[in-house]
Amino acid sequence: MTRLIVGPFNRVEGDLEVILDVADGAVREARVKSSLYRGFEQILQGKAPLDALVFVPRICGICSVSQSAAASQALASAMGIKPPDNGRLAANLIQASENVADHVTHFYLFFMPDFARDCYKSQPWWHATSGRFKAVTGSAAGDFLPARAGWMRAMGLLAGKWPHTLTLQPGGSTHPINASERLRLLRVLREFRAFLERITFGDTLETVAAITSANELASWAERHAGSDFGLFLRASQALNLRALGHAGVAFMSYGAYEQPNGRWWPAGVWAGGPALLDPTQIAEDVSHAWYADAEAPLPPQRGSTLPIADKDAAYTWCKAPRLGGEVVETGALARQLVAGHPLAHDLVARDGGGVEARVVARLLEVARLVPAMETWAEALRPGEPFSVAGELPAEAEGMGLVEAARGSLGHWLSIRRGRLHNYQIIAPTTWNFSPRDSAGRPGALERALVGVPVGEGEKAPASVQHIVRSFDPCMVCTVH
Amino acid sequence: MKLVWLQSGGCGGCTLSWLGSEWGSLFATLADAGIEIVWHPSISEACADESLAILEACVDGTQPFDVLCIEGSLLRGPAGSGRFHVMAGTGRPMIEWVRLLAARAQHVVAMGSCAAFGGVTAAGINPTDACGLQYDGANPGGLLGTPFRAGAGLPVVNVSGCPTHPDWVTETLLSLARGEMEAGDLDELARPRFYTDVLVHHGCNRNEFYEFKASAEKAGDQGCLMEHMGCKGTQAHADCNQRPWNGSGSCTSGGYACISCTEPAFEEPGHPFTSTPKVAGIPIGLPLDMPKAWFVALAALSKSATPARVRQNATTDHIIRWPRPAKKP
Repeated sequence: MTRLIVGPFNRVEGDLEVILDVADGAVREARVKSSLYRGFEQILQGKAPLDALVFVPRICGICSVSQSAAASQALASAMGIKPPDNGRLAANLIQASENVADHVTHFYLFFMPDFARDCYKSQPWWHATSGRFKAVTGSAAGDFLPARAGWMRAMGLLAGKWPHTLTLQPGGSTHPINASERLRLLRVLREFRAFLERITFGDTLETVAAITSANELASWAERHAGSDFGLFLRASQALNLRALGHAGVAFMSYGAYEQPNGRWWPAGVWAGGPALLDPTQIAEDVSHAWYADAEAPLPPQRGSTLPIADKDAAYTWCKAPRLGGEVVETGALARQLVAGHPLAHDLVARDGGGVEARVVARLLEVARLVPAMETWAEALRPGEPFSVAGELPAEAEGMGLVEAARGSLGHWLSIRRGRLHNYQIIAPTTWNFSPRDSAGRPGALERALVGVPVGEGEKAPASVQHIVRSFDPCMVCTVH
Repeated sequence: MKLVWLQSGGCGGCTLSWLGSEWGSLFATLADAGIEIVWHPSISEACADESLAILEACVDGTQPFDVLCIEGSLLRGPAGSGRFHVMAGTGRPMIEWVRLLAARAQHVVAMGSCAAFGGVTAAGINPTDACGLQYDGANPGGLLGTPFRAGAGLPVVNVSGCPTHPDWVTETLLSLARGEMEAGDLDELARPRFYTDVLVHHGCNRNEFYEFKASAEKAGDQGCLMEHMGCKGTQAHADCNQRPWNGSGSCTSGGYACISCTEPAFEEPGHPFTSTPKVAGIPIGLPLDMPKAWFVALAALSKSATPARVRQNATTDHIIRWPRPAKKP
């Protein structure tokens, strides 16, 4: 058995190390090490409750708005208030802006550059893919970065700036959109739709969103081989990425985008079939993380965060959240499974849901979200309220469950004597990149890496990199 | 100019903000200015052993580089060991990497308030003993110490902000690449004066409300955010209302207070961020260089002179009275 220490793992948000035990040319065991601890849960203790809205976005520069949304929902639940329609729509638009931006940023800047690597030089698709996606110098970045900057104008209009806005409040949005801003917002959405339809897909968003099966996707890919998504699908087919990196665990989504009757994409669990999500079944195990041990895994409402740098069994700053004691995977694929999208179901039924399915689900979401955002922007009513006022009780509990681009994000808070008494956060990558728990069960990525071939002399196999990045990890959120 | 960028105790938001750069394609702008990215954690191809080889070569001098950019605060804890951030794959605390690389760099730039002063990571009980490169909050020192000067002679250049505006980062790098940044171009806190010689207040689109002290009272109100909502735009050094964010935005145009995020120790204001602390009804934090007695006198006067239009609009979430066309004489 040889041990490979893979790090610093880049093009993930934050710092990451992956430890691989290799035997007989394949990964026998994997351990994921989150290497940075900052202590937001300790920082928040004793703060004025609304100050959480300043601190939590700064947990993460890429999930900033998702953190705001989770905190504002947790505070709203403590206050017993609900934003008016405009506030709900503005929050949806702001969250969707971030999630779309994150999905395409992941695709263009974090994930695709790996196919430009020299190790693929002998592949017939390498020349086109490398010219397009080579890190920093590829032609795609030249198209994508200005389009992304144009897209982020939605944040300038809706939220003042991104990242780190204070616009999302428990009662709604601080920035009422006027009639002219609404028109500008629609222009931003239409302009980015044009970029996606011309460059990313080479097809209408509605057509992409209507693909229902792996076979349909394959024939679509043949007809759109020159689009950026087509280039991915071609490389993915050649490298058989559909069979790579499935974790073999259940999928979980908290549900996303508030509608008058529930969420557009509902909350739930997918384990070969649909199941209800019971958030009271969530608990965090710290047996393999650098924290003071608890007698049993604690539900986040009663969770604690006491870092200790010396602990024999520990190898990461990431806690191990479990749902009813089980490991789950979260992210765009989980969301689309739980939301019942037929393509997600077919991809997972076929291969279990690995690298290809995760990437496809992300782009499928982009194709579904932008048209939805157009309808939300149309529905804004300038001149009507965007927020309601509320009173913060001196004693209260609150919970906010949202979906960041990379998966399920939860905040649990308690207020005592008007101050934050406890604040616990479980981020998407906390789920996906969790370490082993006290029963020895590895986390989702730790499972997904087992069995991956490692060639003689390989230090950081490309297949390992594809698997890790297919989760779109955010390490700064993971530990916080 | 060759650039090495590392991230430690922060959120990565200054990089993500930078990637939202307008004025054309960011990578093309850098290439055009001769700025080459030797390694950046979010955008470089090199990973794991490849990146480690680059960074080790930078430390031992075989890979030349000019600028070291640090994003995120420097975590000295626990007990000075730096183990709250051991750089992945290296077994070596990030603060050691930063010390070694800073000693080789012609310029060292703190990208964001965390790397400059400690920032949000240093808030509360500061669990990780976080500090900035050359400041610990408002106190000089930090990881590298006050006497530190990078190879070309400048102290750490503090591009503060939480996050930084994309142009603050780009223009600092352009200025360094052109050899145009000198000691006199930095303010007392070593921030580039091109964006800190003005206040956030300058260009705020709530200026008429400020003039008449017609103040917002709740989220969404259009009035001035200073009197009740915690806004520090009249004290914070930055050009946020002259250089729009994401096309057309800023904190105050987004409807919320400037929390003074370019200033050291902004993370611990001593009061809830979005309510203004007052003594006898008068805000404690007055406009930067305004004598208190004059402020009080002028505020009283301007409040009594406030047009009904401004007074009524201040506490609503959309314009209910608008300036009428001038009457013909």
